[in-house]
Amino acid sequence: MIRLEKRPNPSRFWLYATPVVAVALTMIAGGLMFAALGKNPFEVIRTIFWDPLFGEFAWYLRGQLLVKAGPLVLIAVGLSLGFRAGIWNIGAEGQYIMGAICGAGVGLAFYPTESRLIFPLMILAGAFGGWVWAMIPAILKTRFNTNEILVSLMLVYVAQTILAMASTGFLRNPEGAGFPGSRNFSSYPAAQNPELIAGSGLHWGGVAALAVVVLAYVLLQKHILGFQIKLAGQAPRAARFHGVNPATLVVLCMGISGALAGLAGMFEVTGPAGQISIDFNSGYGFTAIIVAFLGRLNPVGILLGGLLMALTYIGGEMASTNLGLPSSAIQAFQGMLLFFLLGVDVLTNFRIRSLIGRSTTGAR
Amino acid sequence: MDIGGINLVVLVASLMVAAVPILLAALGELVVEKAGVLNLGVEGMMIMGAICGFITAVGTGSPLLGFLGGALGGMVLSLVFAFLTQVLLANQVATGLALTLFGLGLSSLMGQNYNGIKPPLTGAVPFGPLRDIPVLGRIVFSHDWVVYFSVAMVVLLWWVLKATRLGLIIRAVGESHEAAHALGYKVNRIRLGAIAFGGAMAGMGGAYVSLVRVPQWVDGITAGAGWIALAIVVFASWKPWRALIGAYLFGGISVLQLNLQAAGSAIPVEYLSMSPYLITILVLVIMSSGRGRAALNAPAALGQNFHAAR
Amino acid sequence: MLRRTLLATAALGLGLMTTGGALAAGMDKVKACFVYVGPIGDGGWTYQHHQGALAVQEAYGDKVELQWQESVPEGADAERVLTQMALGGCNIIFTTSFGYMDQTNAVAAKFPDVKFEHATGFKRDSANVSTYNARFYEGRAVQGTIAGMMTKSNKIGYIGSFPIPEVMNGINAYYLAAKKVNPNVELSVVWAFTWFDPAKEADSAKALIDQGVDVIAAHTDSTAPLAEAAKTPGVIGFGQASDMEAYKPSPRVSSIIDNWAPYYVKRVGELLDGTYAQSDTWAGIADGEVLIGDITEAVPAEVKAAAEKVRDDIAAGTLHPFTGPINKQDGSPWLAEGATAPDGDLLGMGFYVEGITAEIPK
Repeated sequence: MIRLEKRPNPSRFWLYATPVVAVALTMIAGGLMFAALGKNPFEVIRTIFWDPLFGEFAWYLRGQLLVKAGPLVLIAVGLSLGFRAGIWNIGAEGQYIMGAICGAGVGLAFYPTESRLIFPLMILAGAFGGWVWAMIPAILKTRFNTNEILVSLMLVYVAQTILAMASTGFLRNPEGAGFPGSRNFSSYPAAQNPELIAGSGLHWGGVAALAVVVLAYVLLQKHILGFQIKLAGQAPRAARFHGVNPATLVVLCMGISGALAGLAGMFEVTGPAGQISIDFNSGYGFTAIIVAFLGRLNPVGILLGGLLMALTYIGGEMASTNLGLPSSAIQAFQGMLLFFLLGVDVLTNFRIRSLIGRSTTGAR
Repeated sequence: MDIGGINLVVLVASLMVAAVPILLAALGELVVEKAGVLNLGVEGMMIMGAICGFITAVGTGSPLLGFLGGALGGMVLSLVFAFLTQVLLANQVATGLALTLFGLGLSSLMGQNYNGIKPPLTGAVPFGPLRDIPVLGRIVFSHDWVVYFSVAMVVLLWWVLKATRLGLIIRAVGESHEAAHALGYKVNRIRLGAIAFGGAMAGMGGAYVSLVRVPQWVDGITAGAGWIALAIVVFASWKPWRALIGAYLFGGISVLQLNLQAAGSAIPVEYLSMSPYLITILVLVIMSSGRGRAALNAPAALGQNFHAAR
Repeated sequence: MLRRTLLATAALGLGLMTTGGALAAGMDKVKACFVYVGPIGDGGWTYQHHQGALAVQEAYGDKVELQWQESVPEGADAERVLTQMALGGCNIIFTTSFGYMDQTNAVAAKFPDVKFEHATGFKRDSANVSTYNARFYEGRAVQGTIAGMMTKSNKIGYIGSFPIPEVMNGINAYYLAAKKVNPNVELSVVWAFTWFDPAKEADSAKALIDQGVDVIAAHTDSTAPLAEAAKTPGVIGFGQASDMEAYKPSPRVSSIIDNWAPYYVKRVGELLDGTYAQSDTWAGIADGEVLIGDITEAVPAEVKAAAEKVRDDIAAGTLHPFTGPINKQDGSPWLAEGATAPDGDLLGMGFYVEGITAEIPK
């Protein structure tokens, strides 16, 4: 029999070692699954974890990691603030879509005007679209006590319908011969979110993600709001004694996360995705929730978590194309990786002891 | 009984069937959350139930065994969640989402050879002449057994949570695990039981999709029903009766909007299409406004892990 | 950076060489790659494309190497997958969803030596991009004939996914054919606003049946509408995208099968023997790309004969499903007496024909 014993302080060693252990365990368990599917497990694992970073086409794929991780990080950082304060915005996907529609809509309204002011205006519109969509659950919660999980989740489906309307109706490309989808932003330079350094994969969305990581770090460490957020999450009653107004906090946290999700959507649709189309959103809003917790709600952790998620997507895709693995096997593999990452985390805060009393893992 | 070209009796009978998967899954999740655990992996457990139920039913030729297989499939997957969150104390929100990802992948791997097969039929319960009673016959006596089972589960859970010792323990664990622990209850074991129950119910809900609603296996067949079930639990304020109302309301509006389209209603299609979500929000706003915070009824320890110091 | 430019230049040089040489010499071995929008297990759209891919393998054996990627989201992910495939040595890449149009053209511009084949789109920005599509509406005309003759309530139904031209011309063809054999027929349309949500598709079918509809055609991907139809005696429907033979003989009385195999085999074969050239193909029943699945014994002989005549006349080119006089829904004229619809009008169709009372979602 073994038993967990809480450490007085989280172990610094395990804080850094657990992700490594988890990845190693995933390679073993995933390897067994790939072997069972009749593939060479070593080849699959190498394709997923090694090739995108150091393989033959790494010069291209490293940039793609940024493209994939950018929106995830941007959304997850915003969500993490709310999650810390116990505010559950599950509907970032909807805010992402609305940000994209508003940002793109403003840009397309100016077509074909060329002006340096258009893109900044679109950024504002994108953030505004996400913010408004997040304000609905926020206001309903503070005014009518309505649960934000339900409202934000339901609004995702509403946003998807609006997206379908936009791409078959009010934002449809007038020169597209009746086909769904808006104009492509790659043919409208003033409104485009271009790759900043050719081949790097870095666009304004990536820049924004990095900036937000830094800002959130400073906010949580130095600013009174960061303190209030942490306090509200850990000790709601104490927070109220400290003069934290829960309603203000809800509006602020939902607003920030919504605006960031909207920004991510706007950058995505004017850059890598290129246009508003019925299915341009690919679940970033939901995946970002995982990323937020993978990063332990810490901005730097979220950055790393986002990059790791992106790696499994891109590497998994390569394994699927090159080695003929079904994409469902990759999905299951990602699930496993998350299980191990989340499970092994226990070693950071707990020590495993056998009932006889000897410490089996003593590192601190 | 016709309103705007829509036959109300037929509509009610249809919505009772449409609501079964989300109702079953929501009832399971309700118990899980009552015990203080937030499992966002309902979609993953549902789809595992859908494929396991399908495989069992096709293999044995018995739809009844199929539903048991579906419940088992959902339960086995939920035990992964239980192990991670109750033994290894992993974060519940993230683990639940990972469960969905894993379940979607695994179900599709398992179902590779089951495309295009028809499962054995789950027929209506033979009520004989009762079926011919006007109005009531169509609404009450025309369904398969799972519809009645789902309603019976509402009553059963209401009774268990309200009036039994087991219900009291589950609620105690969900409200304050420290206090429950001090009283000598094994918090983690009780939660494990609740999670397994939630998994089994979600699995049955999934099996209803692949064995009755559709009936067929295709990848991603549950198409987001698990998320709606999660929303219904919140809608219900963690009360079984209100889960029934929520599921029937959502199912009802979904069916109604399609009927309005088919009847050529003047309301634009795109607004009809978003109406189930908007009306659910609206009803929740009306129901939750003007009450104190306590009326929200959320289990106080929801989402928090428990570790006994001694 | 440097390596990328180098590689691109090399690719360009190589491209010029091979296109020059390919015409004469062809290729010994072709790597054919496919990008799918859904899982192969969807039993419909993607499944049929994959059957086409497998047919290529069967036709050419080890002269062909296949590669595919399932469930690729439209957008940035598609562009990455396409680039990876092109870098990884694919000679010809089939992108099997309309939403890949801009990505296909963007990547094709960077890899002039790789052939790109985009399904259901219209953009061919560079010389190495071809497009292909199937005239599904021809199959709809056959179904409409059966529907018009078989309906007892004179109410027929159609489940649409999104109001895009491909769906619109399907609905119009179905209605016109039904109207031709049964002037009293009325059409109800339900928009599911999804390509794939089996439960919602079943509900849509149920809603139509509850409204008295007894013949249902669906333009979504699953068999759920047929399964729902099976629960009510007297209601019939059609298989969509794949044959859906599990529901024979009724409610599935016939089907439209997307048969991409002939096209895929032909194009890869042309690449092998060096006759490949850019093209824009819109094939239908005549070329075997749209197959009409077996019409079952649930249909009376004279209905079957009429439907088969429509099929054969379309194949022979003597019948066009859109032959004037046809007015638009608002009464304004579209096609004059005897005129047939130009392909451009069909590809961009955004209106209902006269007689349909439903409204198009905006």
